[in-house]
Amino acid sequence: MSRTNPRIFTYITLIFLSLLMILPLIWLVRSSLMDNAQIFIFPPEWVPSPFRWSNYPEALTAVPFSRFFLNTMTLEFITVSGVLVTTIISAYTFARLRWPGRNIVFGVLMATGMLPGAATLIPMFVLWREVGALDSFVPLALPSWFGAGVYTGQGVFAIFLMRQFYMSIPRELDEAAYIDGAGPLTVLWRVIIPLSKPALLVITVFSFNDVWNQFLEPTLYLSSESNFTMALGLASFKGLYNAQWGYLMAASATMVAPIILLFFLAQRYFIEGITLTGIKG
Amino acid sequence: MSRNKSGLLKMERRWGMLLALPVTLGLILFAIGPIIASFAFSLTDWQIGGQSSFVGLNNYETILTKDPVFTKSLFVTIYYVLATVPVAIIAAFGLAMLLNRKVKGLSIFRTIFFLPSIVPRIASTMLWLWLFNPDFGMLNSMLEFVGLPGSQWIYAEETAIPSIALMSVWGVGNYMIIFLAGLQSVPSHLYEAVEVDGGGAWRKFYHVTLPSMTPTIFFNMVMMQIGAFQSFDSVYVMTQGGPNNATLLYVVYLYRVAFTETKIGYASALSWILFIIIVVLTLITFRTSRKWVYYEGGGK
Repeated sequence: MSRTNPRIFTYITLIFLSLLMILPLIWLVRSSLMDNAQIFIFPPEWVPSPFRWSNYPEALTAVPFSRFFLNTMTLEFITVSGVLVTTIISAYTFARLRWPGRNIVFGVLMATGMLPGAATLIPMFVLWREVGALDSFVPLALPSWFGAGVYTGQGVFAIFLMRQFYMSIPRELDEAAYIDGAGPLTVLWRVIIPLSKPALLVITVFSFNDVWNQFLEPTLYLSSESNFTMALGLASFKGLYNAQWGYLMAASATMVAPIILLFFLAQRYFIEGITLTGIKG
Repeated sequence: MSRNKSGLLKMERRWGMLLALPVTLGLILFAIGPIIASFAFSLTDWQIGGQSSFVGLNNYETILTKDPVFTKSLFVTIYYVLATVPVAIIAAFGLAMLLNRKVKGLSIFRTIFFLPSIVPRIASTMLWLWLFNPDFGMLNSMLEFVGLPGSQWIYAEETAIPSIALMSVWGVGNYMIIFLAGLQSVPSHLYEAVEVDGGGAWRKFYHVTLPSMTPTIFFNMVMMQIGAFQSFDSVYVMTQGGPNNATLLYVVYLYRVAFTETKIGYASALSWILFIIIVVLTLITFRTSRKWVYYEGGGK
């Protein structure tokens, strides 16, 4: 009997805190479905009446969001494939192949993972300006094919994780294939990649999320509206439709929805990835 | 076809270097090169479109002695870090402790606490901009509802940074997950030992949970600190550093100098100072950690 009280207390606390955490999201959805007349009523109402679904199509066509979505998905595709390919081959060479200088390169790579992104921002801008790549996806996507990740450090971290993972796969598997005359690419394709699918999914989910979220670099590099990503489009929308909260919330909810969907589809990999990040310490 | 030992080594060497080529190039082009270039820029007075000449350490001297905006933004950033990191650590740890009590519906609560942290930054910025609205926003309405006076939130100098800190704390879910994983790996025999000695919940927490969790707390603290020092997105969109530079976080100032005023030389010096601050701060945290971080099985 004495145990029931603290238990109930725990549940009450949990429910109260859940409400606090979820309330802003409810406010987001509720506002996205209201017309201006209802949004500016005081005290505020929680249930839209009528449900103004047309906020969504109106907000999403007020600025070319379909274009922004297409841009973002293009960037996602180029960047995430870059992260995956580079992570797979780099982690493999660091974990499995013996060559002179390997440990030095790996050590330096890990050290640069600690570099704050702000430290390389200016010289990178100067570099892309020199080669005439401003206002294109090149500065945003190309580095991911060279292990530099979305932000400095993230690509490095993926390589670190993958290398750890490869080291847990018995070496005999590759060696048997090598003796039979197979090359590293065959071993990667036939042995390593099939075994590391879960780890690859973690990296995919996280890179996707990073690209979706990325704001500073797109702000810096993309200037014409036709190149904008979702994040940039949303930020510019705010300037155009000031105080049109219904529209702004509808546009924001549209940006949130795919990530929430991804989370529910790949919850396991989200949680696993975050847990792995924590274990690194 | 089959291979002997020396053939294998030769193959490994050739393929090893080939597969490491992209990453090595990236290291030079996107990390080491830029860092060196940035230092070189910082010794000049280069402004885009203008002449560039060598000025030695002048930029650093100006920043440290004659730039009140730098001083202000440094203090704003430190204030923001201090307002965010401890609260976020306690909040994330507290939530994880609650979830670790073998409650029913754990996965539902975990999902609810975690969700805010995956809301894309720009979307959550827009949402909070609306929540902070002094006249029709949710926060003031709720304060009104319980009979408290409203606030100007991000629109007043005194409350702007705490407001942005509040918004960051809303997204602590990912740190909560790390803590939860840590809590679940605390060996249960340690708790049993306390029970045998007749210790209650508080003793378990103080003598087992807290010491076992210090490495995780430490790791999260370092990551949060580095992240908070470089915050940019929300403030840039919400206030652009205002009102009256009250939210001029370091990177927002850096961005302004580098890309609005295009003073590349001066901004490079600013970025080096930030770099040094982060390194020193991380080193200090590591130093002090020896006093309070406990690693099972001795030093690590």
